[in-house]
Amino acid sequence: MPTRVAIKDYLFESRLFMQRSVQALVFAALLIAALVSRLIYLQVVAHEHYITLSDDNRIKILPLPPNRGLIFDRNGLILADNLPSYRLEITPEQIHDIDATLDALSQLVNIRDVDRKRFDQLLKRTPAFKPVPLRFRLSDEEVARFAIDRHRFPGVDIVAGLSRHYPHGPLTAHALGYVGRIDERDLQRIDGSDYSGTTHIGKVGIEKTYEDLLHGSVGYRQVETNAEGRVLRTLVRTPPTPGQNLYLTLDVELQNVVDQTFGERAGAAVAIDPNNGDVLAFVSKPAYDPNLFVNGIDTAAYKALRNDDKQPLFNRALRGQYPPGSTIKPFVGLGGLEYGITSPHAHTFCPGFYQLPGKDRKYRDWKRRGHGTVDLTNAIAQSCDVYFYDLALSMGIDRLHEFLSRFGFGERTGIDISGELPGLLPSRQWKRAARNLPWFPGETLITGIGQGFMLTTPLQLASATATLSRFGERMRPHVVASTQVYGDIELTPLQVEPVPDIPVEKRQDWIDVIHAMREVVLGKRGTARKVGRNAKYEFAGKTGTAQVFGLKEEEKYDAEKLAEKLRDHSLFISFAPLDNPRIAVAVIVENGGSGSAVAAPIARTILDQYLLEPAS
Amino acid sequence: MSTLLDSHREDASLRDWQHILHLDAALLFGLLALSTMGLFVLYSSAGGDEPLLMRQIVRLGIAFGAMVVIAQLRPQWLQRWTPWLYGLGLILLIAVLVAGDIGKGAQRWLDFGFVRFQPSEMMKLAVPMMVAWYLSDKRLPPTGWRLLIAGALIVVPVLLIASQPDLGTSLLIGSAGFFVLFLAGLSWRLLGGLTLLGAAGAPVLWHFMHDYQRQRVITFLNPEQDPLGAGYHIIQSKIAIGSGGLFGKGWLNGTQAHLEFLPERSTDFIFAVLGEEFGLVGIAALLIMYSFVIVRSLYIATQAQDTYGRLLGGSLALTFFIYIIVNTGMVTGLLPVVGLPLPLVSYGGTSMVTLMAAFGILMSIHTHRKLLPT
Repeated sequence: MPTRVAIKDYLFESRLFMQRSVQALVFAALLIAALVSRLIYLQVVAHEHYITLSDDNRIKILPLPPNRGLIFDRNGLILADNLPSYRLEITPEQIHDIDATLDALSQLVNIRDVDRKRFDQLLKRTPAFKPVPLRFRLSDEEVARFAIDRHRFPGVDIVAGLSRHYPHGPLTAHALGYVGRIDERDLQRIDGSDYSGTTHIGKVGIEKTYEDLLHGSVGYRQVETNAEGRVLRTLVRTPPTPGQNLYLTLDVELQNVVDQTFGERAGAAVAIDPNNGDVLAFVSKPAYDPNLFVNGIDTAAYKALRNDDKQPLFNRALRGQYPPGSTIKPFVGLGGLEYGITSPHAHTFCPGFYQLPGKDRKYRDWKRRGHGTVDLTNAIAQSCDVYFYDLALSMGIDRLHEFLSRFGFGERTGIDISGELPGLLPSRQWKRAARNLPWFPGETLITGIGQGFMLTTPLQLASATATLSRFGERMRPHVVASTQVYGDIELTPLQVEPVPDIPVEKRQDWIDVIHAMREVVLGKRGTARKVGRNAKYEFAGKTGTAQVFGLKEEEKYDAEKLAEKLRDHSLFISFAPLDNPRIAVAVIVENGGSGSAVAAPIARTILDQYLLEPAS
Repeated sequence: MSTLLDSHREDASLRDWQHILHLDAALLFGLLALSTMGLFVLYSSAGGDEPLLMRQIVRLGIAFGAMVVIAQLRPQWLQRWTPWLYGLGLILLIAVLVAGDIGKGAQRWLDFGFVRFQPSEMMKLAVPMMVAWYLSDKRLPPTGWRLLIAGALIVVPVLLIASQPDLGTSLLIGSAGFFVLFLAGLSWRLLGGLTLLGAAGAPVLWHFMHDYQRQRVITFLNPEQDPLGAGYHIIQSKIAIGSGGLFGKGWLNGTQAHLEFLPERSTDFIFAVLGEEFGLVGIAALLIMYSFVIVRSLYIATQAQDTYGRLLGGSLALTFFIYIIVNTGMVTGLLPVVGLPLPLVSYGGTSMVTLMAAFGILMSIHTHRKLLPT
């Protein structure tokens, strides 16, 4: 080897190597400089940016949903509360054989196919360390059975949560509404961030109208998580603000009595305190159990409700639009007086029918023999149709429309329950727009007795009756009286948007009409004199019978022959006591027949209960 | 010439024990310092996993042992056996392709029943040794046929390894061989020509790449394109380093590493853990240590007494640099993701032994110099 080396130019090669080493070193230094400048960029220049990204990585914000506000009746009885409910959860990573576990569990708790399906879907989407719910709302028995065998199921847990509960069930369903799981439609109208972590939202009724107050505001927990999303520790905790409690104007005792009185019949009753618009009772029959909707009603049960002939889901008090029938007569009569078209002493002869001048068609009175000569008091007390045909014709549709609209007919009362319908107060303009037809005088006649196009809701009728009882002082009906901030004792009354009062031409006109209404129940010949018997207070009322089925001119109404659902609706409006009214009611019994027979007794029961029974 | 030798004699008197043990104190010190720092970072990146740390210590022990053993071998002896080692390596590489075990989608291992062996590791040393051996017996710089043959000695094993496929190792071996040529005085004109050829050949290379390799290049060019897939590594490692700032989040306090956002944090991406926990200051310390080892190694090469030792030593030193720059470049997002560990810091087996064997060769070259009489 040394001999070979000797041939080579040792010095040259050594110098060449030295040169190349230095060049390589310079090159390496350049690369290191590039690396260092990159590091300076990452760690000094863009440091803040990367700190943010790093925190975003590890810090997650977990919502703390607020507890929903409670709902009480006017006496402090609870109508909607949050009950602990138990759900069964499985943490997949703690379980060897999920199928075997599920099979074993199904011996203890009822696991339906739908539960299983939902569980399988959730299982795929959830990291293994996060619990997956299998069953909601376990019964006490299931909880107990599982508790005994719990040791056999590591990784299976019973978790307590809060679930909305309506202790009175169907009784308050139509007033309160219910909450349900948030769906796509709800997401469009809510602020998503405020609802993060919240699963339920008010769907109908007060639960919907007062969603903002009831919901409260969400709290947050800042947690540190690892890459899998497992929570390691809590950094900051901002507690949620629970929703406000609501105190209603409803009297659940009264509500219960009304409900009982209705029995199996379909219909609605609304009772209002005329002094302030407080809705004391709000009943729509039949009703449904709102608790079924809270955690999702199953299809079969929902179908049964939907297909029920009596439509339990239909809120008749709020959305039922019925012809007011003769209950409109006091209002028409008052209009006649206020416009000076008639006077309390003016008489009309009732032969049992009415004919427009020059026309053949006979407009019949409900009493074929006729009422003979009647004045306003008799006409209202005996519900003479002919008197009101005549009066309506004299007033004309324009004045009729104008006067009735003062009581809020044909428009929403603005009650704080969502979904109200306006009814219909016909006018020339309306008919032209809706039907493209002129107004006919015959239509004026039947409007005068609350038939034809006119439609009112039970709520509107009750509200108008309250207004009448207070000489035109209008109060917007409402069901929520006051709110209560969580943890506070005092209540904050809710302001109700005022409605302008009806101008009174002559106070005596109102007194006359109210007197006539008194005669309906307390007079010797009043149509509802039966319900006035033994009353311990003075009161006023008016019966009504609304035709569901048009009778031909000469046909006689025979309830026995008609199928039940074609029978007339029975109506009654009333208020009491006479001198200082504290309650005004409207009752409608669908297909109940005449107003005096069915609706009036229900109204009487309501008055008795409210005025005579001491509040519990 | 005489001045050069004089300095050696002077040194020799000071370094008695180093000559007896055939170790270079400065290099040994640098390597031990690096290993110690590496163990600290690894302890953190592994989340305090002590058994893992123990395994790494054992592995370091074996690797340092290998270094000491190889340092005892005379360079002349290594030189004599070079062609045989290279030949054996080639045969084993072919054997791997025919009958190798598949691990992580690539054929790299030979299973002898009692031990699994990665022939490409052996070639990391055998290739630069072979090229140095071939070039050292004639005049430098090499030209013509000699250059072509030297090129073939490099390209054949590189292609064999690339087809396993193991891009990182073939890159290292290719550079190791190239550095021998470069240090032997490969003309700049030829170098420029080769660069142009490489640029032209890139599309051809692209054609022969595996999908996952292409994906790495695409990911390198635009990591945000696939933030949850292939780009995830780079995005997370940049976040780790960037959020470390000047002084870092402190040892064991790196959220990126400890909350498992950073993948491969104990192996290929451990540099990001260092950057996150110790900041720019910690990285600078590490780079200074690396630079010290590289400069010392190059110095040793310049002090070698024959061409073989010089070329081989220089190549090994520069290859060590390639390791570092490729790994750190990858972790900081400057280079595509190539599966190379950070030497002496990353958790890992075979490559560490090879690496330390290379330092053994350097020490052997330095400590077996003959003190020629004046």
